[in-house]
Amino acid sequence: MSQQERILNIIQKIAKKDVRPDADESLFDAGYLDSFALPDMVSALEQEFGIEVPDSDLNPRKFESIARIENYLNSRL
Amino acid sequence: MAFLRGFGAWLPERVVTNEQLAQRLGCQPDWIHNVSGIRERRYAEETVTVADLAVRAGEDCLARTGADRSKIGMLMVASGSAERRFPGPAAEVARRLELTDRPAIDLPMASAGSLFGMALASRLVDTWGDVLVIAAEKMSVFVDREPLDRNVAILFGDGAGACLVSGAAGPAKIVDSILRSDGAFTDALKLDFGGPLVMNGLSVILQAARKLPKAIKELLARNGIEPNAVQVYLLHQANQNLIAKIASGMGVETASFYSNIERYGNTSSASMLIAASEWAASAGFGSAPLVFGGFGAGFHWGALLAEPVTPGAVSQ
Repeated sequence: MSQQERILNIIQKIAKKDVRPDADESLFDAGYLDSFALPDMVSALEQEFGIEVPDSDLNPRKFESIARIENYLNSRL
Repeated sequence: MAFLRGFGAWLPERVVTNEQLAQRLGCQPDWIHNVSGIRERRYAEETVTVADLAVRAGEDCLARTGADRSKIGMLMVASGSAERRFPGPAAEVARRLELTDRPAIDLPMASAGSLFGMALASRLVDTWGDVLVIAAEKMSVFVDREPLDRNVAILFGDGAGACLVSGAAGPAKIVDSILRSDGAFTDALKLDFGGPLVMNGLSVILQAARKLPKAIKELLARNGIEPNAVQVYLLHQANQNLIAKIASGMGVETASFYSNIERYGNTSSASMLIAASEWAASAGFGSAPLVFGGFGAGFHWGALLAEPVTPGAVSQ
């Protein structure tokens, strides 16, 4: 499974819907996730990719779209 | 050693319902409740000041505790919505509460201001004597202005809370506290003089949902207390969904987190003490540990642990 597919799986699990956002589409502006889902998504990403997101990286912009999440993960993995 | 002697609170009479706000915002009343847990909030009248609110809560606390004013060595007033750059409301509040000739300190902090005040007071009572901590907010000045910003208009209300921290005695002993600040996200939640209130909800929720449970867990762990052994969590009433998320993150039932946000909305720094005042008045101090917690603009956050001294002691 590709990294993008793993991210999409997490988004779908948190959204509790079979959503299919474009890579650059804002997960929040498009209504796939709300502010209360964001902490859950970050925790799920930590678990799935075996990383710990430090407080200094807790910027919603880093997790706004699949592409941005990929960029962040690539900077950490 | 420091003790919680008791609490006090005051809420303005004017009730503003979701129905009233929804009409102005062009949304459904239930949407407001779903995203916040709030059904109504209180707005003070136009002429009422932050100091007015603070004095009423302070008087309530002094009456409930039967405190001897001569034993009170310091006053702290937290507020993020005070009318002036300086002086803050503390000196006026001290005069009106007949607490002059002793330091009256302003804590210009929103949301976490009362938590910071209580924690600091617990370290100061040995030197200064009892400390009266008051938090008062008139948020309606900033959120009830056209054009309404639905992100903040639905959340905030006015009110004041108070707590008397004593070096001598009280129904609960303050055991420990953790205070933290992180200035990396100051723009995420801010209120410049003249407004408007700016809030990046995504950033605030993300930070609060991570930082506050972490601080509470650290506080409990270093005192050998399991999260489920806590009698009640008395947190800043920011948003019911955030409270539920924090409870979930700690593996604790949401029912252990006292909540009155449905009736008062988010009264910023005052909310934790208003909640504590209502909780103590209805439940007494019980026999198991109490945890206070707050998170807000700055960001500032922290937690405070207290343990009842006499099982079943009732708030005065």
